[in-house]
Amino acid sequence: MGEDVNILEELDRVQQKGLDALASVQNEADLQAWRTAHLGRSAPVMLAFTRLGQISKEMRPAVGQKANQVKVALETALEARAEVVKNASLRQKLDTEQLDVTLPGRRPTLGRLHPAAQALSEIIHIFEEMGFQEYRSPEVETDEVNFELLNIPAHHPARDMWDTFHTTVPGTILRTHTSPGQIHAMRELCPKPIRVILPGMVYRYEQTNASHEMQFNQVELLAVGKNITLGDLKGTIEGFARRMFGETVRVRMRPSYFPFTEPSADVVMECFVCDSKGCQVCKYSGWLEIAGCGMLHPVVLQNGGYDPAVYSGFAAGLGPERIALLKYQVDDIRNFWQNDIRFLEQF
Amino acid sequence: MKVPLSWLKEYVDIDLSLIELSDVLTMAGLEVEDVLLVGLPNPYEQAGAPQRREVSIHGLSWDPEKLVVAQIDEVMPHPNADRLVLCRLNDGTGELVVLTGAPNLFEYKGIGPLAKPLKVAYAREGARLYDGHQPGLVLTTLKRTKIRGVDSFSMVCSEKELGISEEHEGIIILDDNAPTGMPLVEYMGDAVLEVNILPNMIRNASLVGIAREVAALTRKPLRKPQTSLPANGPSIAGKARIQITDPQLNARFVLGMLEGAEQRPSPYRVQLRLRLAGMRPINAVVDATNYVMLEIGQPLHAFDYDVLVKRAGGQTPTIITRAAHPGEKLTTLDGAVRKLDDFTVLVCDTAGALSLAGVMGGLESEITPATRNILLEGATWNFVNTRRTIFSQKLSSEAGYRFSRGVHPALSSEGVKLCLLRMAEWSGGVIYSDLVDEYPLPAADVKAEISTGDVKRLLGIELAADEIAALLGRLEFACRVEGDTVFVQTPPHRMDIGTGVIGRADLAEEVARIYGYDRIPSTYMAEELPEARIRRPIQVEKLVRETLARLGLQEVINYRLTSPEREARLTAAQPEAAQPASITIKNPLSPERSVMRRSLLAAVLDTLEKNARLRDRLALFEVGPVFLPVEGQPLPDEAPRLAMAMTGVRRTDAWDSHDAAQLDFYDLKGVVEALLDSLHIGNVSYAPAEHPAFHPGKSTQVSANGVVLGVLGELHPQVKARYDFLAPAVLAAEFDLAALVEASASRYEIQPVPVFPPVLEDLALIVDESVLAVDVEAAIRQGGGKLLTEVRLFDIFRGEQIGAGKKSLAYALSYQAADHTLSPGEANQIRQRILRRVEQAVGAQLRS
Ligand SMILES: [Zn+2]
Repeated sequence: MGEDVNILEELDRVQQKGLDALASVQNEADLQAWRTAHLGRSAPVMLAFTRLGQISKEMRPAVGQKANQVKVALETALEARAEVVKNASLRQKLDTEQLDVTLPGRRPTLGRLHPAAQALSEIIHIFEEMGFQEYRSPEVETDEVNFELLNIPAHHPARDMWDTFHTTVPGTILRTHTSPGQIHAMRELCPKPIRVILPGMVYRYEQTNASHEMQFNQVELLAVGKNITLGDLKGTIEGFARRMFGETVRVRMRPSYFPFTEPSADVVMECFVCDSKGCQVCKYSGWLEIAGCGMLHPVVLQNGGYDPAVYSGFAAGLGPERIALLKYQVDDIRNFWQNDIRFLEQF
Repeated sequence: MKVPLSWLKEYVDIDLSLIELSDVLTMAGLEVEDVLLVGLPNPYEQAGAPQRREVSIHGLSWDPEKLVVAQIDEVMPHPNADRLVLCRLNDGTGELVVLTGAPNLFEYKGIGPLAKPLKVAYAREGARLYDGHQPGLVLTTLKRTKIRGVDSFSMVCSEKELGISEEHEGIIILDDNAPTGMPLVEYMGDAVLEVNILPNMIRNASLVGIAREVAALTRKPLRKPQTSLPANGPSIAGKARIQITDPQLNARFVLGMLEGAEQRPSPYRVQLRLRLAGMRPINAVVDATNYVMLEIGQPLHAFDYDVLVKRAGGQTPTIITRAAHPGEKLTTLDGAVRKLDDFTVLVCDTAGALSLAGVMGGLESEITPATRNILLEGATWNFVNTRRTIFSQKLSSEAGYRFSRGVHPALSSEGVKLCLLRMAEWSGGVIYSDLVDEYPLPAADVKAEISTGDVKRLLGIELAADEIAALLGRLEFACRVEGDTVFVQTPPHRMDIGTGVIGRADLAEEVARIYGYDRIPSTYMAEELPEARIRRPIQVEKLVRETLARLGLQEVINYRLTSPEREARLTAAQPEAAQPASITIKNPLSPERSVMRRSLLAAVLDTLEKNARLRDRLALFEVGPVFLPVEGQPLPDEAPRLAMAMTGVRRTDAWDSHDAAQLDFYDLKGVVEALLDSLHIGNVSYAPAEHPAFHPGKSTQVSANGVVLGVLGELHPQVKARYDFLAPAVLAAEFDLAALVEASASRYEIQPVPVFPPVLEDLALIVDESVLAVDVEAAIRQGGGKLLTEVRLFDIFRGEQIGAGKKSLAYALSYQAADHTLSPGEANQIRQRILRRVEQAVGAQLRS
């Protein structure tokens, strides 16, 4: 009887010995050897099963149960250890497959939109959100629509503001601004209310240099209705500036002159390059000019078919290239139409 | 307009800082572009200065300790240098000797102690000045040195050294009343505001004009200069007559007279002001005309009276104003003989033309050192004629600048009177007590009105009628309030206010300006939203541009102005063929940019060429109009186009692969196919193209539903040879964007995702070399019917095994039914139908 009790203790020891040995197993081969030694046919726990017949009847179930427990415990531990060993050896293998992750990737060719087009569409997008729709008008215009209907008669001093390319067809010019689109839009849409943006290329008879181009984009805003005020114009432009340049930007509208608006205004914005401390970009004034605007002149409303005693409206003009120039601090506006791939690829 | 602060203060009290004053003016539409310091301290460099800039301020500040008024008591010869003198000078603290080479002191050299000491600007050791001997403005600090053995540690200054002007010929000699020892900055330190005068504010192109605005904006009284002539002078009656031929050209002409003037320089104070205002002092008489023009805005012209009398044969001179005769000529002050246009207005006498009215005087009647008696002209000229004359004669002048924008006739007499007073003060002489004044076309007495409703409707602010009247009153409008309306009479210096509904807008601007744009609250339109409209061309254009960028092409935007020669590079085969007409620029900046483009592809190829050596692979596109003249119409057809061009290697080198394969026809075609696919353009066909710019065997015309969309292909070798390209091939395409818009589908059907698996099969078909792939595919599709869902050409093989003149086209096919899995028998049936069809249609044999 006493000897049988010893068998139970012996089995406990077998289990402990097996687990201890397993803890130091590091690879697949050792794992096999351990299996043979501790769970193989001649392993102590297995021998305990074969010797069950030699044990007293009363003790036989207890010893059998115990041997089974030890076997399960050893098998479970083996499985767990096998997983650890497998992971470790996989890791070892992966470690030998190390790439130089700093080598350059294989890039698909990325096409880009032209920076002027990007700036233009950013501006258009903002105004579209504010309820303005795109409207286009021709680039070759008559003197009448480009000037006269906009309250700029021949020989008016205000004509100095636009140096003009004339074509060989008398009375036909390259538009000097997008404003003639005001006349086209009004005449098409009158008497309905209007809220449009007129983007497009305009031309100036001007020697090109770092800050002047003979061809550039403009975006013109036009709103016509029965209750549109200078305050509305201010709100619209400020809303644009916040979306374009950030929520906290300081914008000012100050009196200016355009023949086709009255009152007229320039919109300036604090210089984001120097934080208004003064720099070359803002010519040490702390301010950047971003738009010209004003309430539609009664003559222009009339020429568009609207009664200026009943209707009012505003117009504003922005230069996308100039805004891009400021935003990216491009020092030469001629970069835009030179189309050097080394410039274009940076946007 | 350059506005010296000290001069401005003569007409209005200013208790604002330089920064505040600049801001007040700028916010009223008189933008102060920058401020040049001529002595005064820089407010941004002082303690507690604002961090944020409101205006650009630069220039030289004069240290009150180092720069003072001094007097020279004696000018002595230098012991061993002829071109230097030694000055015995008193700077208020004591006597010292200063060395200088100033030529304007040589007349005093060696004549002993001066009866009347010379007042000068004296710089002590350590003073910060501009270097007079270097070009431009170079700051320097005055250091002790030895010149020709004489110790030198201080100096007397020229205008250049003090930052007043470029003048460095001699030293400044101040007016006699300058107090010796006074800091120079206190005596004459100044700041010059550069004010941008808007075209409708020519009334402010004068010191009084600016002062009037400052007065209105800061609620201070305006001090206008006093202009009454002394009553005890002789009368001008019988001295001169005026004959105005056309009042539309010359609304008013005023003459005044001064007898016995002496030709001498103006006082230094006057010269300094003229210089700071950007004009060159000449002599007291001419300076007075310029001074008064700057002061009140009326240009004036002085004639030598005795010359006029001589020209009139000793009779009373008659001044005649008229338009120039055909072929008439005049020699102007600058010595140029000018051929005159019929729109040029002249001031003449009975002997002929005297001057270009309002622009420039003639040489003959000019003021000379011998002039003693002066006939002074103050007139009003038609601004359009003046403007055209300026352009035609390429003559810009301060007078022309003002007259070409409109000077109010009320200023003619004011200007003459004020100028006579100034002349007499600076050059001596007796002023005649009255004027000859012809005023045949009085200025319109403009009456306008504005109501509280107008202010609300246009500006969005609520102002009472009295408040509106008060704001306008500050600008000298005479206002009368009746109920909600303010009735306004325009003051006699401005001509920019209209009547009726225009006047309301003009007055609204004045109300807003004086009220302050800053104070108008920002609102958002409460107006009803206009109906939204669909703009298909704009949407499709955007989609085209974005798709091409996604496909790896870089967008470019070129000048629309080009030259016929550039565009002619594209028409290879017939260089002598007449070029089609273009929109031609009458005044081109250069021959390179003389016409509006007719070809967008030509522009894109130019850009491709410019960049060709910068990259191994280039793929560019542009979207935009070409300009096609329309017979019998003034305006061209602005036809929207899409052009693409690519050249170089298909794939740029990577560090582990070096594939030199070049882009070819099929690369560009693939881009086009993908583009048309993204636009959902169906029924596309490719036919060989006959286009002069393209290789006849490697180009195709693209159509959809029989409508031509564009052309694509490899450039004709002769065309390519006209460009500087290294790569063997240049691929190009030009499309009609309007046709793409028309063909693109805004709505299209999509197929359900299949539930049952397809049967996949490869078929290799042997056909004659001449058979087109498009015909083989069409036959396969016809044979396969609806159950054939996909046809993909995956290989082309040529070789001995299949015989000469043959090619094998290998297709991957998918057969699929929507409602069941196809059985092997069904698949076989489809296959047999396809094989029969391709044999019939294109003579294809299955390759075993
Ligand atoms: Zn800045």
